Amino acid sequence: MIPAAFEYYRPKDMAGVLSILVEHGDDARVMAGGHSLIPMMKLRMADVPHLIDLQDIPDLSNITVTSDSIRIGAMVTQADLIDDAELSAAAPILREAALQIADPQVRYMGTIGGNVANGDPGNDMPGLMQCLDATFHLIGPDGERDVAARDFYEAAYMTDREDDEVLVGVTFPTPSGGYAYEKQKRKIGDYATAAAAVQIVKDGDTCTFASVAMTNLSDTPIYSADAVDALVGSKIDDAAIKAAIAAMLEDIDPSEDNRGPVAFKNHVAGVILRRTIERAWSRA
Amino acid sequence: MSNKKHVKLNVNGKDEEFLAEPRELLIYTLRERLDITGPHIGCETSHCGACTVTIDGKSVKSCTMYTVQAEGKDVTTIEGIGGPDDLHPLQTAFKEHHGLQCGYCTPGMITRATKLLEENPTPTEEEIRFGMAGNICRCTGYQNIVKSIQAAATEMNAAKEAAE
Repeated sequence: MIPAAFEYYRPKDMAGVLSILVEHGDDARVMAGGHSLIPMMKLRMADVPHLIDLQDIPDLSNITVTSDSIRIGAMVTQADLIDDAELSAAAPILREAALQIADPQVRYMGTIGGNVANGDPGNDMPGLMQCLDATFHLIGPDGERDVAARDFYEAAYMTDREDDEVLVGVTFPTPSGGYAYEKQKRKIGDYATAAAAVQIVKDGDTCTFASVAMTNLSDTPIYSADAVDALVGSKIDDAAIKAAIAAMLEDIDPSEDNRGPVAFKNHVAGVILRRTIERAWSRA
Repeated sequence: MSNKKHVKLNVNGKDEEFLAEPRELLIYTLRERLDITGPHIGCETSHCGACTVTIDGKSVKSCTMYTVQAEGKDVTTIEGIGGPDDLHPLQTAFKEHHGLQCGYCTPGMITRATKLLEENPTPTEEEIRFGMAGNICRCTGYQNIVKSIQAAATEMNAAKEAAE
């Protein structure tokens, strides 16, 4: 399992990163933790003649929490997310999701930036970012631009990011109410057979706000507006949950693979979404 | 052919300097270049944890890191944790409680467990199983690995109290 030869760069600033990207176009890739990219390079399924290591770029590991919004730098690892008490208090769904990603060694290396920028349908953070209505910050030769997480994913491994751009961070409104991230997987460290992220706000006994996103059930993460509509204004009774599941099943498009046939994935998606809604509601 | 990079890192307290191709993975540097054969190659796919080492205080699977990424860092392998004449309490506990059978996963297990007990000196069984989830053992069924780590934690905490 030896990757093909490549040139390695470890620039000290973003200008250095961008100049290499501009020079080599799609022959260059940036690497954060490397725990998606290196395995693909070892299998020779990813061809990366020019590899740019982001570890020396300053200020990409910051977490900024305010009452309105939360910004997380691209190089923040899953372990950092889990350990940050302020973040966990303000947005506990991040910690809940991060704890379900991979295993301790991988969480020490894997980053939120790599997880959302990679575009792998199996990654957990893209779905979570759709649920939280996050904005992604990209830097390119023409400066910085923002893309809504819900507009970022085009197909498996295909995103709105241009070859000469780097995803440097994510920002999302500080969530309120109840939350849950549920993930069905075959074994520890596996990608989801089905996973769901839900945030719910409760007023009295009525749901006044909801957000629903699904992971690994299409070639992109799926935000289900119709499932949200089924929940908002309801008392999150059995009928509302069934309506939300039916709406979500219309939005996803799972394919048969080693995690099971389509009918099974639809079934699991329904079970997982029910659990997620019920747990988020119980915390609202 | 890519340009070789000058790499300087510290392994188990000893400075090492050499030229390496960027594609050289850390596990190969340790085993083949530096003859540090404690970390094992198991699955080579970031799953099994046999190649676990500690880098700047983090447990890392050395099959999924290029050596050039570790430039300037401190690497600790099982050899740096304890040897035949000065066993670490975890090594003693694995021996006492049959925490190994074939032994292939053991260096990675103990390397990871040393960090786990730094992160959480008094883990419950559930916390041990969760914190060791990145290490696979095909012999023991894990029961005795959990027991060994519990015993080592008790031993290490008692020693710490005695020292205070």
